[in-house]
Amino acid sequence: MQNDHPILFTHATLVDPASGTTSHGSIAVEKGVIVAMGAGLDPHVLPDGAEKIDVQGRVIAPGLIDLRAFVGEPGHEYRETLASASKAAAAGGVTTVVTMPDTHPVVDDPAVVDFLIRRARDTASVRMLPAAALTKGMLGQEMTEFGLLKEAGAVFMTDARTAVADPLVMRRALTYARDFDLLLVQHVEDQRLAGGVMNEGELASRLGLSGIAREAETLMLERDMRLVRLTSGRYHAAMISCADSVEIMQRARHDGLRVSCGVSINSLTLNENDIGPYRTFLKLSPPLRAEEDRQAVIAALAEGLIDVIVSDHDPQDVEAKRQPFADCADGAVGLQTLLSAAMRLVHGGDLSLVTLLRALSTRPADLLGLPQGRLQVGAPADLMVFDPDEPYVLEPDHLHSLCRNTAFDQARLQGVVHMTLVGGRVVHRLQGAFA
Amino acid sequence: MSALQLFPHRHLLGIEGLSPQDITILLDLADEAVEVSRQVEKKKATLRGRTQINLFFEASTRTQSSFELAGKRLGADVMNMAVAASSIKKGETLIDTAMTLNAMRPDLIVVRHHAAGAVQLLARKVDCSVINAGDGAHEHPTQALLDALTIRRNKGPLRGLVVAICGDILHSRVARSNLILLNAMGAEVRVVGPSTLLPSGIERMGAKVFTSMREGLRDADIVMMLRLQRERMNGSFVPSVKEYFHFYGLDAEKLRYAKPDALVMHPGPMNRGVEIASDIADGAQSLIREQVEMGVAVRMAVLEALAAHLPNK
Repeated sequence: MQNDHPILFTHATLVDPASGTTSHGSIAVEKGVIVAMGAGLDPHVLPDGAEKIDVQGRVIAPGLIDLRAFVGEPGHEYRETLASASKAAAAGGVTTVVTMPDTHPVVDDPAVVDFLIRRARDTASVRMLPAAALTKGMLGQEMTEFGLLKEAGAVFMTDARTAVADPLVMRRALTYARDFDLLLVQHVEDQRLAGGVMNEGELASRLGLSGIAREAETLMLERDMRLVRLTSGRYHAAMISCADSVEIMQRARHDGLRVSCGVSINSLTLNENDIGPYRTFLKLSPPLRAEEDRQAVIAALAEGLIDVIVSDHDPQDVEAKRQPFADCADGAVGLQTLLSAAMRLVHGGDLSLVTLLRALSTRPADLLGLPQGRLQVGAPADLMVFDPDEPYVLEPDHLHSLCRNTAFDQARLQGVVHMTLVGGRVVHRLQGAFA
Repeated sequence: MSALQLFPHRHLLGIEGLSPQDITILLDLADEAVEVSRQVEKKKATLRGRTQINLFFEASTRTQSSFELAGKRLGADVMNMAVAASSIKKGETLIDTAMTLNAMRPDLIVVRHHAAGAVQLLARKVDCSVINAGDGAHEHPTQALLDALTIRRNKGPLRGLVVAICGDILHSRVARSNLILLNAMGAEVRVVGPSTLLPSGIERMGAKVFTSMREGLRDADIVMMLRLQRERMNGSFVPSVKEYFHFYGLDAEKLRYAKPDALVMHPGPMNRGVEIASDIADGAQSLIREQVEMGVAVRMAVLEALAAHLPNK
């Protein structure tokens, strides 16, 4: 294949979030894996035909792994296809994407998992891994065929936008999943308690919008921690959004439960004030919370209490978003802007680059049991070359996604991905980069 | 003293409470009963003049007919009462039913009930001997005895044998009775099933716990499959029949994990293609039909042993 030739990158800032080290030097990839790296790398050891790219001091780090993206395929291809999502991902330095199962049909049958894997192999440029539904039809009543779905290639089980409300169903699912060492991922929100459209509080009251109390999240999370304790299952809270949830996670970790959690890039970089005059692209689930909550989740991320950052990439077409705030769909696209939005935390002094990249690559790889997420000889060459400081203004037209519902419309961002490699193949290269 | 008089119990409410010696007495008696049952003249006079009532609050084919046949071969007058279809519907309580029957002066009552502990409760209210033919998910002692007899006749003494009990342990009275009996007799008992079908604390009841058939069947002498009720395999306890059979159904491939001369058992009624493949159920390693024959013999032995304590005047 044309893009499959060996490559030697020189003059790179090598950031390995797995070991927490930053060094300067070269890195060589061949046949899909990292074959050599270091400061004094001898270019002559390289095989014939290797392309030499001087990255001029830019950062080379493991490609990002996003545990939560909605793709419309199959059933809602007008929103997003595996191909279009993978293009957006590649442009954002994301090399592995876990797709949510709320497609049409729902991914609750091994045959659909099989379809998605074949379809991704044929049309997508980055690794697209399917998550399967936790309950049949995502109706919250009967668990799906965990064992057969895992054998087919599903990476974890989740009901995507809905929580498994029935505690007995959740208990049995956690118990059953244990036999297959499967990870169950919960959208931690009690839908009956939530019942609103934005964070509950003064701002919602002023806007005349119904609120979603933090307790809708903390009650579900607290309940699940008890069930994990009872069953010894493996559990991941898809996204937490408030300070109280951090406290619950902290206690569960302290007690040795096998639990982890994620946070949406939106909850890390925006708060409820950004909704301003009813900006529907900021109608999200979980809702954007108060600034104190944002500070709390950032601190938890810095401490490693929050494991991963997800894009929560959720393409919605114009009709779904051009509605009064209360009536419009939740969700914003986020694959392509994941890294540059997250870089706000580094540039703002909240996090080190290594800590950020760990939550975007190493930890998600560990949760999925993947060898990616580290710069290491022998590791898969899923890499990105990026300039952490380069500024740009986000023009929605530059998004590769089929939908443009971005929370960062016209935002000033820093951090540009120049190249992305998946398994040693170049899947994204900025025009004219390193020519 | 004959073996009959050595058996010290008035009721058979469970395997719990039986000593290894009690169990051996019953199995030896059952061996003799097998011979009786294989003769042309199958009738004995041990229970002549006695009245046996089979009181089944839950539908049963093989257990009930097996008790009926056992009683008749020993010369008793046997009456079957399918209570599900009668008094219960009219609102009579378990104890009222028991008192009514007691007034008819039976000598032996065989009881099956859907509630654990119901047979014990009934035994306290009547004057005759009571045999538990299955109470909820608690015990089914004659099934464990017939399983033990079948194993002993094929493999010799139970001591040291590895027995893997597989499937729905949680709801199974057969599993509980077998677990107690096999442990008492010195066998190594394993339970194998998905965690959703394993009762909590089962490891403290003398079983090694496995959730994979490959591990659980390794070097097993006996593979005992249990029935999985249909309503439990549609996503409540296990996701589907397809998935259950794939991971836990006994087929030729999984049977190969056990010893080459391992034998297969099932208390019946079987769900072919759910917990057991048809070819295995009917195959050379299957003891399933022999278990049914031993059922009659074991129940004859139990009736005989209990009758030895009935008052004679």
